[in-house]
Amino acid sequence: MTRHVVIVGAGPAGLAAAAAALRAGARVTLIDAAEAPGGQYHRMLPEAFAAERPGLLHHGWDDFERLREHVLGHPRCAWWAESTVWSLERSEAGEDRPPRVHVLRGPADGDGRARHALAPDALVLAPGAHDRALPFPGWELPGVFTAGAAQALAKGERLAVGDDVVIAGSGPFLLPVAASLLEAGSRVREVLEANPYGTVLRGWGRRPWELAAQGGKAAELAEYGALLARHRVPYRMGRAVVEARGDGRVEEVVTARLRADWSAVPGTERTVPADAVCVSHGFIPQLELPVAAGCALRRVSAAESYVRVDGDLRTSVPGVHAAGEITGIAGAPAARAEGLLTGWIAGGGAADAPEARRLRARVERGARFAARLAAAHPIGGAWPGWLRSGTVVCRCEETSYGSLCAAAGDRAGGAARAVKLRTRAGLGPCQARICGPTVAELLARRAAGAPGRPAEGLAAATPHHRPLAQPIRLGELATPPVTTDSPPDERENAR
Amino acid sequence: MSPRLVRAGTDAVGRTETPLTITVDGEPLDGVAGQTIAGVLLASGRRSWREGPSGAPRGVFCGIGVCFDCLVTVNGARDVRACRRRAADGDTVTTQSRAEGEER
Repeated sequence: MTRHVVIVGAGPAGLAAAAAALRAGARVTLIDAAEAPGGQYHRMLPEAFAAERPGLLHHGWDDFERLREHVLGHPRCAWWAESTVWSLERSEAGEDRPPRVHVLRGPADGDGRARHALAPDALVLAPGAHDRALPFPGWELPGVFTAGAAQALAKGERLAVGDDVVIAGSGPFLLPVAASLLEAGSRVREVLEANPYGTVLRGWGRRPWELAAQGGKAAELAEYGALLARHRVPYRMGRAVVEARGDGRVEEVVTARLRADWSAVPGTERTVPADAVCVSHGFIPQLELPVAAGCALRRVSAAESYVRVDGDLRTSVPGVHAAGEITGIAGAPAARAEGLLTGWIAGGGAADAPEARRLRARVERGARFAARLAAAHPIGGAWPGWLRSGTVVCRCEETSYGSLCAAAGDRAGGAARAVKLRTRAGLGPCQARICGPTVAELLARRAAGAPGRPAEGLAAATPHHRPLAQPIRLGELATPPVTTDSPPDERENAR
Repeated sequence: MSPRLVRAGTDAVGRTETPLTITVDGEPLDGVAGQTIAGVLLASGRRSWREGPSGAPRGVFCGIGVCFDCLVTVNGARDVRACRRRAADGDTVTTQSRAEGEER
């Protein structure tokens, strides 16, 4: 029987994985919550826009189009759009199979979606990442967006989030966001990189020849730099938005110069009028599915973990493979390389094929790029100095920094779980997706050296444990799933 | 000012607009086929349509279905992420709140 590979996520990593698994001879079910493949990087315009020149908004569009058409049109590929994996059901102990994949198919958060269960021979997880946004006073005001939101709205539905926009945070991602907003007609007041010049230069400057290998990234960055210069948008390093103010919406932001540890230098505050602020302090990998599958994690800090993989991107769970940002934040070219390797291996391709060797080298280059990215754009340890006692940390439950500190300082109940129950931080609708890493980091500092720290690789050590990976309605849960052990020949969604 | 749609006539991607109308808390709002419900709300000048537990206003934050700040009720189904749901002509949207005693 032909091997069946289920791939979750159709961004750069997942789409490449599909192509490689098909090349290896497998049958593929490619699943994504969106209507079209591309993920956040190649977020496509809706079909209803009937755009004549969609490629104008993207880098590498022609290659993406070719890959998309090849994969979606392949006779061994079933493309499941608007499909959400809400649960992974682990196989019995001793059973050498990947988990069963539970899927809901239909409009986002709809109430009559069809339930499906898949039992693949191999499972590739490529769910991607979302922005990490550190809290600051006023970050819950309407008009404060993540940089990813501004990008998604501009690229995905031609909406400019504001007229006067400040972009702040850390990392090269701030630049394409500025480019998208300028293209959509916003005035970008300034782009603020929190890390000072020295940190960024030291991080990127080591072994610059390695950069050249990273699929045109340097040229892309140079292009953004030229665009900012043309629009006279200042790019300032060592400065951050430390407060947003306004009556029911953002009207102005306060920026301040930062030291290397991200502490604000007193007296350097400036007030900038703005109707939108876009922030991104790096990325959070979407780890709920790997955690649900039982995959061991690679812990970088209390706030930061990734899926632990071997040289061929196998996770610790038999039959479960990973690719893209969940193995480390390295951008689209690295995600594509990982997708190609993991798809080939998951699809049953020979590990010693020359192609696999070439891909391994590309994946290693991607990992080196990730290390430099992390070194050039770290999160400085003194950022909590921006917070006041009343600053909201958990947006859902409006848990304040002060109440979190008080609960954490309580000798009787300062453990992470007790703090969570007492303050409700992380227990709201987003299930700690936004505040989880921040709360974990703040608590870890307070409890530094305290006993009972869970061992590395244990699921409980992360804020990513969510038994339901996505919301499901009770009515949907009550309906038995259509079980599909081999890929159906449903092609109705192709294209 | 406020968020707005790039005008189709000057949009470099060369797109066409098919109008649609949704109602939000009984008020009709015009949009364009392909927009998300969040997109229709933002483009019509609304920045916030939900309240946090304290009653503080919320709208779109993450834009990609992660933060759950933009939840609305669509055609009777609660807790729909407005940033992920495409608007369909005739959709009846009602706003939600997490403020105490305001289960609407």
